[in-house]
This record gives sequence, structure tokens and C-alpha cells, in this order.
Amino acid sequence: MAQISPDVDLLPSEIDSFIIDVRESRPRGLARVLSMVENGHPSSSMILHSLYNPDRQVKTIGVTGPPGAGKSTLVNLLIDYWRKLNRKVGVIAVDPSSPFSGGALLGDRVRMQTHASDPGVFIRSMGSRGHLGGLSGATRDALEVLTSASYDPVLVETVGVGQAEVEVASIADITLLVLVPGLGDEVQTMKAGIMEIADVIVLNKADRPGIEQLETAVNASLEFVDDRTVRPRVIRCSAQTGEGIDNLTSAVDSLLSSEVVGQDNAKRRTTLILNGIIREKGSDLAKKIISEKYGSINGAIDSVLSGETTPYMIGEMFTGFLEGIQEKDNGSKQD
Amino acid sequence: MDRRIRILIGKPGLDGHDRGAKYIARALRDAGMEVIYTGIRQTPEAIANAAIQEDVDFIGLSLLSGAHNYLFPEVARLLQEKGAADIILFGGGVIPEEDIPALKKAGFKAIFTPGTAASEVIDFIQNEFQSG
Repeated sequence: MAQISPDVDLLPSEIDSFIIDVRESRPRGLARVLSMVENGHPSSSMILHSLYNPDRQVKTIGVTGPPGAGKSTLVNLLIDYWRKLNRKVGVIAVDPSSPFSGGALLGDRVRMQTHASDPGVFIRSMGSRGHLGGLSGATRDALEVLTSASYDPVLVETVGVGQAEVEVASIADITLLVLVPGLGDEVQTMKAGIMEIADVIVLNKADRPGIEQLETAVNASLEFVDDRTVRPRVIRCSAQTGEGIDNLTSAVDSLLSSEVVGQDNAKRRTTLILNGIIREKGSDLAKKIISEKYGSINGAIDSVLSGETTPYMIGEMFTGFLEGIQEKDNGSKQD
Repeated sequence: MDRRIRILIGKPGLDGHDRGAKYIARALRDAGMEVIYTGIRQTPEAIANAAIQEDVDFIGLSLLSGAHNYLFPEVARLLQEKGAADIILFGGGVIPEEDIPALKKAGFKAIFTPGTAASEVIDFIQNEFQSG
């Protein structure tokens, strides 16, 4: 397959052929599309536009938890389970990018390589590329691509996270939070954030000391879950010994087949994607407006440093700008 | 467009000595590349498939067991078969000088032997990437 030029739009025929590659799950073309989406290729919006299906039936599962908790190993066991049922499984595994070099060591595959020769499994690793929240900026769109291929379910594994990285819950139909013993006392499980987003809380490494205390603490924190929300299932397991894995798969399966899960899928995804686009385009637009006035973003910084203005005055410029647009709008309506 | 060099570092065959592969993976990470590390004891098939799914620009294979004359060309053959011959291959490890010409003929752009500085590998990758 030919290399894709990074900044040149694809021909309509090329876009069509990539869309067929995705729909028919041809690995090379599918992988290329994922790269274009990840890199923000100028044609990626057209491809995503053609693939977008609000009535998507594919189920998506987020897997999150602290580093080393066993997320990749559990994802691997879930792949095993669905492959035995002859379902094709997609995985997006995100690992952190370096804030200094921009490089990344993407190592989640190591735990899943037994499936590398299986055409029914597609695994893609992504660097977080500066995005906070446990995913990369392009994960949401990559998920749209992978769910347009014939994989169902599709799993998304986050970077190792701490307390506040809850983004995965907004892109996946259900979310598994993987916890392990020894990471802190009961106060940790009382904190807001990640403890609130899980549909299933997996207590992994159940063969390790401290599992009883962890289970007690997690259950105690769930006492406060009110009647309106569904209380997450808590499942003790050990990916190492296989203990509890059956309970996990049946819990995930029953959630996936429940009518409630994925019900709001179309609205949730559309809202999410549109919000993402507002953020990206808004930021592009703001940069352009600032650059127009000051030559570049650095030019604006220099103006602040030389005492001409402050960052807040630059911000005020937008208020005036937006009022200008409104006036223009009103003016043209009166004509 | 935010394009990063993506590279797969893999160890085919039964050799479990991964110090060198991990060292290179880490050095490439620090050079700003996205490195997919697949771990030890991989079949050529698993390496080729992973490289395609990950859409890498390069595959670096490491082997210290002596089976490079079979396993390295096999990865090249599979990439060809799967329409991914544009992925640039290089190798490293305990590889006798006299084996290198045949490996290059099989499609390996470079073979790095013990004592190679990480900077040499990084330079090779960056040069190939720019000219590719």
C-alpha cells in the first residue's frame, strides 16, 4: 500500500476505497484509516462522516484502573471469552506519551499477543499524545472507526489512571474499573471521581493479601449509592489463577444484553463528538484570531511580556469579536 | 498533521533475552517515537499482523539465539504476502558478519550488531523516515 501524504487531501475514489476497507475489516486499510484519524489527516473528517452511523448496535466496553492493576491481562481474558463465542473483538489500548520527547512505549499488546495471529481480533495501541483524562484526543474517533468495521464488542483500555480520569465512561457503553489491594486505605474509595463511573468494579489480584480490606472498603463506599443509580457489581477475581473470571464475563455479558445499556448511545455519542469538535475548532479559531492580531501566539506572548497588554485583555478581544458578529447578523436580517 | 514515527520492536522465536530489545525500545521512545513492544517468543506471523494493525513505519527484530537466518526472512516474506512490504525492516542481536548480506538481500535495511550505539539506530530510522 502506498504511503499517504500527510497534508494532501485524498481523492474521492481513495476515500471510498478506505471506507470499504473499514467496513470489510481489511487490516491494512483499517489500520491506515486509524492512523489518519489519529494524526488529524485533512481527509479524516470525510471518512468519519461517511462511516458515522447514529444507530450503531456495536457494544463498547471501557477498562480503566491504576497502572499495573491487570487491565491488559483482563482485556486478554475477555477477548478469549468472546472468541470462544465466535465474536470478532476490537481493542484500542492507550498508553501515556512522554511530555518531554512526545514518544511512547506502547506495551499493552504484550499481554494480548496470543491473539495477534487471529484475524478475528484487531488490536490498536495509541499514545495519549498530551491528552489528559486517560485517553488520547483521537480515541473517540478511533472508536467510531473500529465500531464501523465488523468488530463487536470493542474494548477501550485507558492509560493507567488515578482518581479523576473519568473520560472513558463517556465514550463506552459500560465501564470496568480494575482495582487491586494495597493502594491505600478506605479513604481512597470514598473519594469522588473514578469510583463513581464504574458499572463493574473488578477487584483483581484476589490472590494477594489485602483483598478482604479492599472488598470491604469498596462495598462500604457503595452504601451511599442512591436508589436512582444502578449500583455497580463488585467482582473479585484473579487474572493469574483464573478465579472469578467466569463471574466477570457473565456480569459483563448480562450488562451488555440489558436494555438500559447503550440505550442513549446515539445521543451520547453525537453530543460527545460535537463537543469535541467545538473544543478543537474553537481553539483553532481562537489561535487564528490571536495570530492575526499579533503575528503569532508567540507574538501575543511577547506583547504581554513587554507590558503592552495582559492575557486577560487578549481574552476580552473575543467578547468584542463575538458582539461584532451578532451585530452583523442583526444588520443583515433587517435588510 | 501530528505524525509520529511508529515502530514495532519484536523478538521472534524462542530466545527470551530481551535486555537489548527493551533498551532499544526505551531509547526510541526517548527519541520521540511511538514504540509498540510485543514482548518475547513471538511467531513471525504474530509480528507481521501486529505491525499491520498498528500501522508502523518500521519493524525492529532482535535475536540472540542464532535462528535469525530463518526467522528474519520469514517476517519479510509474510509482510510481502500481506501487502505490507513498505514497512522498513531492521534487525539486531548476535548476528555473524557473514550472515548479514543474505539478510539484507531478504529485505533488511540494516543489521545492528553488539556494541552499536543507540544513537546510530535512531539516526538510521530518522534518515529512512525522511527519505521514505
